[in-house]
Amino acid sequence: MVNLTIDNKKIQAEEGQTLLEVARQNGIGIPTLCHHESLEPSGSCRLCSVEVGEGSRAKVVTSCLYPVAEGLVVKTGSERVMNVRRMVIQLLLARAPESEQLAKMAEGMGIRPEPRFKASEDGNKCILCRLCVRTCEKIVGVSAIGFSSRGPQKDVCTPFHEPSTVCIGCGACSYACPTGQIEMHVSPAGDVRTIWGRDFKMAACKVCGRYFAPEDQLQYISGRTGVPVEELMACSSCR
Amino acid sequence: MTSKIKSFSELKQLQEKIKASRDPQKLRITICVGTGCLAHGAMNVADAFSEEIDRRGLSVKIDFRKTGCHGFCERGPMVIIAPENIFYQHVAVKDVGEIVEKTLLKGEIIDSLLYADPQTDEKYVREDEVPFYKRQTRTVFGMNSKVDPKNLEDYLAVDGYSALAKALAMKPAEIIREVVTANLRGRGGGGFPAGRKWEETSKAAGTPKYVICNADEGDPGAYMDRSLLEGNPHLVLEGMIIGAYAIGSNEGYIYVRNEYPLAVENINIAIKQAREAGFLGENILGSGFSFDIKVNRGGGAFVCGESSALFASLEGRAGEPRAKYVHATEKGLYDKPTNLNNVETWANVPFIINNGGDWYAGIGTDRSKGTKIFSLVGKINNTGLVEVPMGTKLREIVFDIGGGILNNRKFKAIQTGGPSGGCIPEEYLDMPVDYDELTKVGSMMGSGGMIVMDEGTCMVDLARYFTNFLANESCGKCVPCREGTQRMREILVDITEGKGREGDIELLESLAASIKDGALCALGTSAPNPVLSTIRYFRDEYEAHIKEKRCPAGVCKSLITYGVDSEKCTGCTLCAKVCPVGAATGEKKKAHKIDSDKCTRCGACRESCQFDAIIVR
Amino acid sequence: MEEKVKEIVQGYGGDKSYLVPVMQDVQKELGYLSKEALMAISANLGVPVSRVYEVATFYKAFSLKPKGRHHISLCMGTACHVRGAEFIAANITSMLGIRDGETTADLEYSFETVGCLGACALGPIVVVDGEYHGEMNIAKTTKLLKKLGKKV
Repeated sequence: MVNLTIDNKKIQAEEGQTLLEVARQNGIGIPTLCHHESLEPSGSCRLCSVEVGEGSRAKVVTSCLYPVAEGLVVKTGSERVMNVRRMVIQLLLARAPESEQLAKMAEGMGIRPEPRFKASEDGNKCILCRLCVRTCEKIVGVSAIGFSSRGPQKDVCTPFHEPSTVCIGCGACSYACPTGQIEMHVSPAGDVRTIWGRDFKMAACKVCGRYFAPEDQLQYISGRTGVPVEELMACSSCR
Repeated sequence: MTSKIKSFSELKQLQEKIKASRDPQKLRITICVGTGCLAHGAMNVADAFSEEIDRRGLSVKIDFRKTGCHGFCERGPMVIIAPENIFYQHVAVKDVGEIVEKTLLKGEIIDSLLYADPQTDEKYVREDEVPFYKRQTRTVFGMNSKVDPKNLEDYLAVDGYSALAKALAMKPAEIIREVVTANLRGRGGGGFPAGRKWEETSKAAGTPKYVICNADEGDPGAYMDRSLLEGNPHLVLEGMIIGAYAIGSNEGYIYVRNEYPLAVENINIAIKQAREAGFLGENILGSGFSFDIKVNRGGGAFVCGESSALFASLEGRAGEPRAKYVHATEKGLYDKPTNLNNVETWANVPFIINNGGDWYAGIGTDRSKGTKIFSLVGKINNTGLVEVPMGTKLREIVFDIGGGILNNRKFKAIQTGGPSGGCIPEEYLDMPVDYDELTKVGSMMGSGGMIVMDEGTCMVDLARYFTNFLANESCGKCVPCREGTQRMREILVDITEGKGREGDIELLESLAASIKDGALCALGTSAPNPVLSTIRYFRDEYEAHIKEKRCPAGVCKSLITYGVDSEKCTGCTLCAKVCPVGAATGEKKKAHKIDSDKCTRCGACRESCQFDAIIVR
Repeated sequence: MEEKVKEIVQGYGGDKSYLVPVMQDVQKELGYLSKEALMAISANLGVPVSRVYEVATFYKAFSLKPKGRHHISLCMGTACHVRGAEFIAANITSMLGIRDGETTADLEYSFETVGCLGACALGPIVVVDGEYHGEMNIAKTTKLLKKLGKKV
């Protein structure tokens, strides 16, 4: 067991835990954007920043990655932390002004846009939280989407910005996206799903007839698990 | 090719044999063909010497050696004539014949090729008398003039690899102790104590352990690492092998910047030679220790100079850094214990082993030991690479060694530490140069780049330049760096274009503080330094741009107008000829004028006028 | 092309960590990295196309478009900047109609700026087809480009 202090509260943690885990277990709220329980922490949004250490040795670190240590003193709401948080949200608001989710989050945190940051006008809501790419790579295992370029030009895309041949149309990336940038469209009949510029033929449940998953996705799951496709042809309600 | 040396005594014997076969009184021409001199046309001069010597049938009588950078780049192409070590500078192909005829064969000095002090006109004959060299302490870099980087025997002739032999007879812990005593601090910019890093890596759990040489020298204006790697690759190798032995590593990497083809070529040749001679590979010098090195080239990304981004690149991924809450010494390359050091850091190691950690700690200041190689560039007379003990005063570097400001203008500031550093104004010229002192004034040592500026440099434009560089080089992973440097750039561009607003300076300061705290890696956390230091020392320039829409240095295009001083103008029509938009007009022999509506402020007229008649407002 | 890529990948033992050197060698061989070349690298090395594409677009050394017959580099290092490199960049752009990283439509000229060439004593520096030209200014650059055959 490791003993540390968070916001003047004495806390016990297990060796190897991160500050974010421990804080949440103890009801201490720390905002996050790029964090997800099923994924390795990315440390890219910096919203979960906290201050550790005291005096001249105090430094700002991301709680999603920083390991607990004996005697550590942590502050989740110091001036430096609040400044970082405010700046991150303001920068993202300027980058993706059309994201309702982001605007709501900012409002909930009491942060207003910084008027001096010229708001982007390209309609792009991506904040490069990396949840979609990480999900596709680690959870789905297909790596259909990835990054291109670097710096402010960095974007999430399919290779060559052309429809991907390996995408299975599962839509996990769209679910993971916190700003609504990744769009998934379904045809009126429900038989075609369109995502990342590609149309996917949907499979119908053999029991209720409802279209529930792309055929490509079922083929992929079959290939990965060895379960024959026919046995996968039932939607979650009818299983 | 040197065949495999199997023991320390064999090495000693070989060194003695080589030394004995070389007559110190023999005539020799040494010419620098480092990248800087090559750009000056040094290869043509070298070829001309080669041909002349052959033509006259003198190749047995005269030794001819091509070396890497000597450091006095302003004066290249340069040659040294042994045994007297006569120093000739600005040597052209047309001088070659005369040099061979007069100096080599008759021992006559050619006055016009000697270095002359620009102030006193006094001439200096020998290399070690030349003030530029005399005032330095060229412990590490001085060897460059003595070895042909492609010739292992040259390195052995100056006792090369003796430190390795000595180290292999020591215990690893003893070696680490020497390096700790020496207090060798990282020369790449971080200034972290190398000995402590070695110790942590040697104690870390897990195999294999890796030893890496960071040769991704990305700071614009800094080229010490390139010159060491090009000019004395065996020195760097020797340092790495010693380190690997001390740490317990058998696998090493040298990560070289893609834009350094000559360095890549020379280090590869040196590695091949080292393997053949038994300094790399299995059972080195019969010690039982095995170690080998691979060379990887960077892909053109400044961020890959950051250790975790470098690891990502070596692992075949985009160079994105990761959090370093767990040190690389525990989990680095492939999550294994890794010791990464800069080229110059490795190059210092053989000297520490040969002379002892105490000797090394006797040079420099309290907390910055040894010597450092700086690249002194910009508005300076003696542009080049300079090696001095830590603690040397800035004034001495800039004026005594550097020869003062170009065209006799006035010193305004000096930028140290590259894009991660800050500018230092005149009031600090008497400060000692060391890691902590530089940090105190808002800058940093960085890799050792020193850019000198005069009153013709706009500090706001400089901040914009650095911020632009960093925004372009940002990997894009974290919000503060990716978005923050972009917004800082936006504001700075506005200020230089006369669109600055009240409150911009304060906003820059607040953005800077949060980026310093919030960014993921050192590129991001140090990105605000150029902005903060220029605001700290030149706030008035910022205010002039914002409040008065005026650029005091006369640089920012949108804030200046060009005009003609009718008293100085002779009507030579040069400006009219070079003006791309026809804004400069006038009749021959009559005072010209410039139409400020048409003028694009490209600067061509200002550059071409021989009479200083172009006024900048 | 496929054969060449296979050969290069095998030269590195098919080791995925050598993605960057593989791409450097392929680019050296083929002049640039076409989509087909990148797909071939992905297939031969066993690395997802998305990562190959990420690496190809992350590093400045890689070119996904063919380069021009004449290659012009301008050093934008700090020393050269302080000696007026940006004015020269503007001049090159106005003369050739291309910016940093671009190639003219007729594939005659490519222009790029580089961080630092390490020849600061000679700054500003323009390198044309591997040949270094030092102490450049606007007038000299104009002359140099004109000599290359470009009509201004």
